[in-house]
Amino acid sequence: MSASTHALYRDKHPVHEELGGYEGAKLGMWLFLATELLLFGVLFALFFIFHGKFLEPFKAAHHTLDKVMGGLNTVVLIVSSLSVALGLDAIQRGRRKLSMICMGITIALAGTFLVVKYFEYSEKFHHHIFPGNATMLKDDAVHEIVSVDDYIARRNMGPEEAADFKKGVNLFFTFYFMMTGVHGLHVIIGMTVLFIIMLKMGGGRYSHWYYTPVENGALYWHLVDLIWIYLFPLFYLIS
Amino acid sequence: MSHADASVSYLQEGRSVWGWLSTTDHKKIGIMYLYTILTFFILAGAAALLVRLELIAPGPTIVDQQVYNILMTFHGAAMVFLFIVPGIPATLGNILLPMMIGAKDVAFPRLNLMSYYVYLVGAMIALISLLSPADTGWTFYAPYSLKSGSLVIWLTLGAFVMGFASIMTGFNFIVTIHRMRCPGLTWNKLPLFIWAMYATSILQVLATPVVGMTLVMLIMERVLDIGIFNPAKGGDPILFESFFWFYSHPVVYIMILPGFGIIGEILPVFSRRPIFGYKAVAYSSLAIALVSFIVWGHHMFVSGMSDWSRWVFSFLTFFVAVPTAIKIFNWIMTLWKGSIHFEAPMLYALGFVFMFSIAGLTGIHLAVLVTDVQLHDTYFVVAHFHYTMQGGTVVALFAGLHYWFPMFTGRRYNEKMAFWGWLMLFIGFNLTFFPQFFLGMEGMPRRYFDYLPQFQTWHAISTVGSWLNGGSYIFILGHLLYAAFRGEKAEQNPYQSLSLEWQTTAPPPTTNFAHTPTFPESIYDYGTMDDGHAGGHSQRKAG
Ligand code: HEM
Ligand SMILES: [Cu+2]
Repeated sequence: MSASTHALYRDKHPVHEELGGYEGAKLGMWLFLATELLLFGVLFALFFIFHGKFLEPFKAAHHTLDKVMGGLNTVVLIVSSLSVALGLDAIQRGRRKLSMICMGITIALAGTFLVVKYFEYSEKFHHHIFPGNATMLKDDAVHEIVSVDDYIARRNMGPEEAADFKKGVNLFFTFYFMMTGVHGLHVIIGMTVLFIIMLKMGGGRYSHWYYTPVENGALYWHLVDLIWIYLFPLFYLIS
Repeated sequence: MSHADASVSYLQEGRSVWGWLSTTDHKKIGIMYLYTILTFFILAGAAALLVRLELIAPGPTIVDQQVYNILMTFHGAAMVFLFIVPGIPATLGNILLPMMIGAKDVAFPRLNLMSYYVYLVGAMIALISLLSPADTGWTFYAPYSLKSGSLVIWLTLGAFVMGFASIMTGFNFIVTIHRMRCPGLTWNKLPLFIWAMYATSILQVLATPVVGMTLVMLIMERVLDIGIFNPAKGGDPILFESFFWFYSHPVVYIMILPGFGIIGEILPVFSRRPIFGYKAVAYSSLAIALVSFIVWGHHMFVSGMSDWSRWVFSFLTFFVAVPTAIKIFNWIMTLWKGSIHFEAPMLYALGFVFMFSIAGLTGIHLAVLVTDVQLHDTYFVVAHFHYTMQGGTVVALFAGLHYWFPMFTGRRYNEKMAFWGWLMLFIGFNLTFFPQFFLGMEGMPRRYFDYLPQFQTWHAISTVGSWLNGGSYIFILGHLLYAAFRGEKAEQNPYQSLSLEWQTTAPPPTTNFAHTPTFPESIYDYGTMDDGHAGGHSQRKAG
């Protein structure tokens, strides 16, 4: 069966309650992903604008982030992207059990991601770093956590420079929390969606001739992964 | 759902309240939207009349400054977010789009219903702000919106939620147009209204997320004091303006493009002429949509921009004028030598062309840097955007409501009553807003509660006009509401239109058509005047 007759066959299947059919659902999904990218686009654009304005403090603040944890999460998400893709492939070949296992693994990995994030966030809070407000920094020169004031004192900044520096540090963490927070929200949503899909699959809902929602769910998860792949270097690596 | 009997109209099926509230029929959803937005239109209009009454004389007359700001903000925000943005797409668009392309429904009927409820929830959230009403103006500019003691967050949160409804409608339409056109309907035969809806949908999908995120950040800013827009914390309020207008300029086209679409449908029918320059009219909608993304800066000429970027934005703005001018030109060419039938929809359409031309011409004054610096934030701007939004979009909506009325309801409105309503609107509207051009040129700033005595004459004329204007809406809507239930029965296609949506029973069955229709060769082929009769397929001129 060629790809196009396959699509036709799917379109005609009564399970398709949405009138646009398989192709319509896919088009809708891509449009939706575009709106998601725009949502993050605003944050990225703002980040770059302020990055240019507050180069020094952004650099200093970025050192406080834990590259190991960030890296770990990157690996976690990449693996989860693979498992969700395998899950889709499995259902397309009619292997429902296998597909459910893959979905389960993906969900577990998403959970892992959130746990790591939880540790990262609480470490920040512990050092009195909140959105828009940071009192601690990592001092590159002596490799230790010091208060922002100490940091400023060590570098002999004038009062004006110091005020600017503080604003920059605060803004960096604003962006850090906003962007990873919104992303985290997407992880939770994605997890929920995949979980519902897995439940429905258990109920026999999807099969090798009807798997549009599985495909769209997987696409969504890839997006969540993709956005992280941009966030990770932006915050953790580039200085 | 699809088992409906084709001889039973959609109005007869599922008539209970629950039947309506849980319907996935695009026509019923459109009608629910229609009643809802018109309710907000009347509320926001009432606020406007109070604002105008306050301005009848200098000094405090009926309300104090604070209340004035609140009324003005409510009026502007409700008109924009509750009424005109969902406006035509969610009402006439919802009802007509599937019918015009010969489809049973939109691509995602349940999403369509959901968009209605999302809109409703957003509207309710926005109305909560009335407990301590916002006084910032509908643009929520930082830093004032960060400081104002009122419930601005609720208003912005409401706008944010309603944004989702708008996105849902937009992408439902895009998918529907791509996937569900009936046999024979190629892109180059697409009705002009559909082209307009297509362009609008693209704007809805691409612009709304940006303002959504911007409003979220404004909310965060107030709740967490994060500092992105607050200069005291290193932020930049101008960024708010940039992102706000990146959406809100295209929004102007979300407001007006659907109106263009309606006019494009009505003019050929009532002048019995093929539309002049079909392709130019169709593609100019897309062109407008795309250009509108790169001109937002013209709202910020005076809020601190580098000289060269002002220059660029001013220049780019002229590009929007080109496709718009193409449309006006083509409409006039369509009328030229046509045999014009002056029935209500046509009167509204002609009113639209007249008033929108004034809006367009005065818009040029605002796009030109030198004159804008002079006119910025004066009553000239107020007059200009009311000519666009009310003289343009609202009048187009009313043109459409009259035109498709027999199809939606199966009944006729009274032609005489419709005429008087139109006349009242036309006179009242121009009396209200034309004087404001003079006010603006003489330097009367907008959003002011008080003014110098020298401005009083124009203000008084404008206020008197606003009563006639407001009265006309009550009259017109009252008449239509009455006719919807008591009007005489309509014949099937009273205007002998060739468009597909008329080729079924009126009102249509739930599935729109008894059988999947085939699209006619052309729907604008009214022949020429020499033909003497409608629907000649032989002498198609200009295409
Ligand atoms: C009965 C008809 C109407 C009257 C008498 C009226 C009157 C007014 C007045 C007096 C203002 C304040 C102007 C200023 O000081 O800047 C205003 C603002 C505004 N109006 Fe209307 N208006 C009417 C209809 C409409 C319609 C139909 C729309 C849009 C669909 C609309 C949209 C706006 C907007 C967006 C503002 C700006 C509010 C702001 O600056 O926050 N108006 N109107
Ligand atoms: Cu603009």
